[in-house]
Formats: sequence, structure tokens, C-alpha cells
Amino acid sequence: MISSAPPATDHPTFTRDRIEQFLYREARHADESDYDAWESLWTDDAIYWVPADDPDSDPNTTVSVIFDNRSRISTRLKQLRTGKRYAQAPASQLRRVISNVEVIGEDPATAEVEVAANFLLFESKARGSELWGGRTTYRLRAVDGEIRLAYKKVVLVGLDKPLATLGFLI
Amino acid sequence: MTELLEPATTAPSRFDQLIRPRQVHGSLYTNPEIFTEELAKIWHTTWVFVGHDSEVGEPGDYVRKTLGTQDVIMTRDSDRQVHLLLNRCAHRGNQVCDSAKGNSKSFRCPYHGWTYRNTGELLGYPYHQGYGGKGKLDLRMASVPRVASYQGFVFGSFATDGPSLIDHLGAAAGELDRLARLSPVGKVELTAGWLKHRTQANWKLLAENETDGYHPQFVHASIFGVTGSPIGALYSEKSTAVTRNLGNGHSENDLRPEFRNYAEPMRWFGTTPERVPEYAAAMRAAYGEDAERIMIEGGPHVMIFPNLFVAEIQVFNIQPVAVDDCVQYSTAVQLTGSGELNRRMLSQSIGSVGPAGMLLADDTEMYERNQRGVAARSPEWLEVSRGTNRESVDDDGFTIGGATDEVGMRGFWSHYRALMDAS
Repeated sequence: MISSAPPATDHPTFTRDRIEQFLYREARHADESDYDAWESLWTDDAIYWVPADDPDSDPNTTVSVIFDNRSRISTRLKQLRTGKRYAQAPASQLRRVISNVEVIGEDPATAEVEVAANFLLFESKARGSELWGGRTTYRLRAVDGEIRLAYKKVVLVGLDKPLATLGFLI
Repeated sequence: MTELLEPATTAPSRFDQLIRPRQVHGSLYTNPEIFTEELAKIWHTTWVFVGHDSEVGEPGDYVRKTLGTQDVIMTRDSDRQVHLLLNRCAHRGNQVCDSAKGNSKSFRCPYHGWTYRNTGELLGYPYHQGYGGKGKLDLRMASVPRVASYQGFVFGSFATDGPSLIDHLGAAAGELDRLARLSPVGKVELTAGWLKHRTQANWKLLAENETDGYHPQFVHASIFGVTGSPIGALYSEKSTAVTRNLGNGHSENDLRPEFRNYAEPMRWFGTTPERVPEYAAAMRAAYGEDAERIMIEGGPHVMIFPNLFVAEIQVFNIQPVAVDDCVQYSTAVQLTGSGELNRRMLSQSIGSVGPAGMLLADDTEMYERNQRGVAARSPEWLEVSRGTNRESVDDDGFTIGGATDEVGMRGFWSHYRALMDAS
């Protein structure tokens, strides 16, 4: 399990600088709807989760806004690449800011670190503009000396309220 | 002056002028006065779907819901009776309950501490001397006057009298029976929680779309293409599926002719009995010879006026907010006694519906573009004529059309006009 021992910021892969650079890169690929670059960041067993209603809900018994395994991430991106995923064609204009980055812990067994960060995301679309905010938990894994994303859970502020269409990568 | 002697009944009603047999007027989607009138004549009169009794499974359970624009609390009392309470204190009108759900025999208004039983009955008020003692006030939390359920689907009506729920459901009741029969114990549960999808469009665009078999091949081509889904073919010109006007504004896409042709159990869910062996065995044990037919024919695709849509494995609850704003609540059907199938239905629903759903987010995009489109001044009318040239009446007396025909929409508008013209 993830331990709460002092974060391994001296790990050759998981320096704080490299972790932050990875989060910013992932955010930029999502903001720019660069689906290929974004997809290349994930591990083969990845989970991409946006809970609905309750951040502590069990996604195996309760609905989620998104609960994608790696195969479904791929399907989602394939649909986006058709250019006929109308909820995202044309793509939203997006820019997000990531802050309050905390290294939560590390798991030597899986060579993963857990990192959490807050975000604010501005979306402009024909429908209008939306301000999205929340806190994201990432599990990052060292794969051949590179950081890969094994798990991303996005807890939206206001997840218990009706949400506008969320067609972009959050 | 003879025209003044014409009986008033021969003059076309206001809604006759907006709703023609083959066209409807754009102002029906954009006029705030019509929306206000709909709240009174539809949402706060007719039977409206609110939730499912499995959401309040135990005595004391409660869950906040919306009925039209009203904030209601669905409760189950100690006699297991389900109530719909209006979330308003009888004292100063404060909101009584601020939790989304929970379990409690009573509610306490935070403003002055008045307490109510979960039936709405006033239990007490602090400093009772100011009212001359305890039990002196003939007040209570208001409740929706008529509450009834069918297959556990709970409906409320603000009209103290009128057609019963079973009369309102009419032929659509059989579709809810068909859904329940997919469970080996004949029961549906809606216990997976609800996605809440804000939609900046008039609620009727959603109701019309739910049994529109014309759009899937276009709006959903992106997901059908990448997943190799056979759903698109069910809504092609060659499909043997039919669209049926079930009366009272209800309609369905009856896909059974297609599934009967294939005669493959569980094809309707894109699987086989071998891949859900426990479920198939339970169905065969429960229904004997009928099990194969039930598993071949699959679930209903039915729109129940004005706001309940069952799409095989998903249930939608549409509630209006304003003339150009509504909320779609969606959840996965869970069939009692069908664990392995329920997990699959939940997973598939999460992928398909809600704000990020690979199907419904595209429908919702169309609703919102449609709302922007109808703001254009001309042409003033929208077509609902598709298939009028080939509709017919089936053995049960219902009007049916092809898989892509607008038979359901015409049924919707016919009932809508009757309700809106009622004084």
C-alpha cells in the first residue's frame, strides 16, 4: 500500500521537479486535445475515474461520470479522433492551472508515487463558458526511467450538482 | 355578424394553432409563457416520474428529488408507505431538509426547530407557550397529493383527482412489466445512484428524441463506428423494428422483430448466455420455456410521458428548469437476482450516459444546438411528418411506423395538446 513515509523526492525518476513537469505536460496535452500525446502517457493497466455525487463511492456498484479502464480510454479517444464526437466537435477551448501539488506517498512494491493537486479549468464552447475545479489524485509509475500515469481520479467541486456536458479530457 | 353566433368550440384552440398534424411551432420550445403554462398543466398536474421505491428500501430512508421545479423529499415511513413531501417548513417556509439522502424518522427545520414525522405530520415546535401549548397548530409539511408506483417506479401528481396512474400508463405499463421480467425474480432496482446532466434545451426536445429512430445513425455514428456496435443497424431503413404510439403521449421503439429474427438469447445486450451463465441459469429456473423468449426479446425502449425514459439498460428522469434548461438524471437498471449482469449493465451505462457518456453527451449536444437553432425566426415550423405516408395500425389498435419514423413524436404532441388545451 501507499505509505505516508517522507516522499521519495530523491528517487531518480520521481524528483519533485519531474513529477510537476509530468503533471503540467499531461494537462497541456488535455487542454490542446492532443489525443495521441495524452494517450501515450498512460500505463497499460490505467484507470481514469471521475466520480459522481460522492468522491468515496464504489465505482463497481455506483454510477460515475467516467470510469475508464485502459481499453475504454482507448475507445473514448478513438471516438474523439473521428471528428464526429459532436459533444467535442469542435473541441472546447481549454486552459487549466494546476497547483497545490503534494506528494502523498510511495509504494515501493509497484514503483508508484501518489500525487494530488488542485486544478482550475476554463472551458469555452458554443454553449457558453464553464469553470471547472477540483482535486486530482494521480498514481505515477516509473517505467524504464520514464514517468507514466497509472491512475487518475478527478473529484470535481460540485460533483453532487447537475454537470454540463464534459466531453473533453479532464 | 353571423360569425359571432358560431359556437366557441369550433374556434381552433391556441394549441391547435401551434400543433398541426405534421408540424409544430418553434415557439413551443422558446416561449417562457408556454413553459409557465406547461408547469401548471403538465408537470404540476399529470403523473410525473420521481424515483424508484428501491431508493428508499428501508423504513426511515429518504432521498431528495425534483418533481417539475419542486424540491421534494421521497420518504418511506414505518408502515413502509412512500411519501413525497414538499421541502418547506409550514412555519416560515424555510427549506427543511438539506441532505441529499439519509435515514431518519423525522425532519427538523433548522430555522426555529420545528419537527416533522417523515409522513409530513407536525411533531412539535419549541417554546410552545407562544402558541398556547403543544399540539395547537393544524399545520404540516405539504405532500404531493397523489403518489403511486408501478414496478417500483414512483410517480407523483399534484392533481388531487384525475386519471389513476395505471390509466395514465395504459399500454406503457406493459413495457415496465417487460423490464421487470428480465429479472429472475421479476424485480427492478435503481440503486446505482443518478448521474445529473445539465442540458440547456427545452425538455420537449429530449422527450421527442427518446424514441426518434432517425438520429442514431447520424448522431452516434462516431461511437458505433469505433466499437463495431450493431445498434445502428436496428435504426436503419432496412430494420424490421417498429416505432409505436402507445397512447397518452407514450411511445416506444419496439426492437423485438429484429431480435426475434436473430433468435439469439442476450444478443439485445451484446452478449451470450455462456458469458452470463449464472444469470441465464436463474432465468431458465424462474421462467422455464419462456426464458429463451425473454432473453431473446430483451428490454423495452419506451418514453413514458412526460419524463421517464427506459432505454433497455438505462433509466432517465427528465426534469425541467426553465424554457431552455433542464436536467437529465440517468442510472443503470439493476435487476434483482442478477449480480453478474448488473455489473456489466452498470459498466456499460457509465460508458454511455451522463455528462461524459459516449452516447448521451452527443444527444445532449444536439439538444443544445437544437435550442439555438429554433431561435432563428424562419422557418417557424418543425417537421414531425416522417412516416405519415406509411404508418399503420397494429393488431392491438396502436399506430405504428418504421424504425426511423416520427410516430412517437406525433403521439407526444397529440397528448400534449390535449393537456394544454384543458382548462
